[in-house]
Amino acid sequence: MFITVNGSEQKTDVKTVVQLHDLSFSDYDVTILNGYQISEDSELKDGDRIYFGKKNIFPDSKELDMLMSARHTPFIQDRMRNATVGIAGLGGLGSNVAAMLSRMGVGHLIIADFDTVEPTNLNRQNYYINSIGKRKTDATEDILHNINPFITITKHFIRITADNAADIFRECSIVCEAFDSPSEKAMLVNAILEKCPDTVVVAGSGMAGTDDSNLIRTEKKFKNLYICGDNTNGAKPGMGLMAPRVNICAGHMANAVVRILID
Amino acid sequence: MNINGQNIRIVSGTRLSDILFSNGYDRTKICVELNGNIIPKKDYESVIVNDEDSMEIVSFVGGG
Repeated sequence: MFITVNGSEQKTDVKTVVQLHDLSFSDYDVTILNGYQISEDSELKDGDRIYFGKKNIFPDSKELDMLMSARHTPFIQDRMRNATVGIAGLGGLGSNVAAMLSRMGVGHLIIADFDTVEPTNLNRQNYYINSIGKRKTDATEDILHNINPFITITKHFIRITADNAADIFRECSIVCEAFDSPSEKAMLVNAILEKCPDTVVVAGSGMAGTDDSNLIRTEKKFKNLYICGDNTNGAKPGMGLMAPRVNICAGHMANAVVRILID
Repeated sequence: MNINGQNIRIVSGTRLSDILFSNGYDRTKICVELNGNIIPKKDYESVIVNDEDSMEIVSFVGGG
């Protein structure tokens, strides 16, 4: 039978994963079989993909790509690596979507925000105490490169308008709308859908407060527009933005991006 | 016509902007797709809506 071990396909007569480990990879600590980390032995089958990894090593570009392929499957990882995704706004939604997409290994992220990190952002946005005062684009770049040093990040420290949005995000197959104000959200979605007919927009609407998590959902509303959120709970006095629901909504957005990329 | 999946009675030949206004939409917070095409905001006055049309209106709430 043929199996793929750490990225290379090979013919083998070995019967089980542990036998393979003991034969050639005995100093490796982690075993991932077809995208799932296992601790017990398993019979090898034709077409299996096995990744043996070592703990406590800093992977180079090739190694990290291989272990992400082992986790995500090569098909998904190819789609992620070759994708360019835009993120408009690096607040609660955008900073968290950016972190998830870098964990997925999306090869090129175009991020845009005009603001700097302030202490009140820390209740929900993907920043740290040492981010305070930095441009959100710079702080996000640092954080994303700490997650995955090998992705390309293009930064735009600029206020996005109806006039510059299409130019900033022209390379993107998908743009995530992650603004705060409803009129800015509408502006960006209109600008991209009007001027970039092949680009899909994933937008957030309704994630404030502490309402039921399960009200947040993903809906395809237009040919090229997905909305994530509960569509109801807007941020206002008495209805603040908090980490759990903002993260749930960001998770919906990131998964919508992944699903579109692998479709 | 069909708006957001629901059949709504309209007078054929009505301007899109009048339909949005009479249904209480704030035009600064919405996006409109008419028969699969995004309608630029500057065209809301000039676009005419008819009986067989199908329209999706997305209305944003704040927070992000």
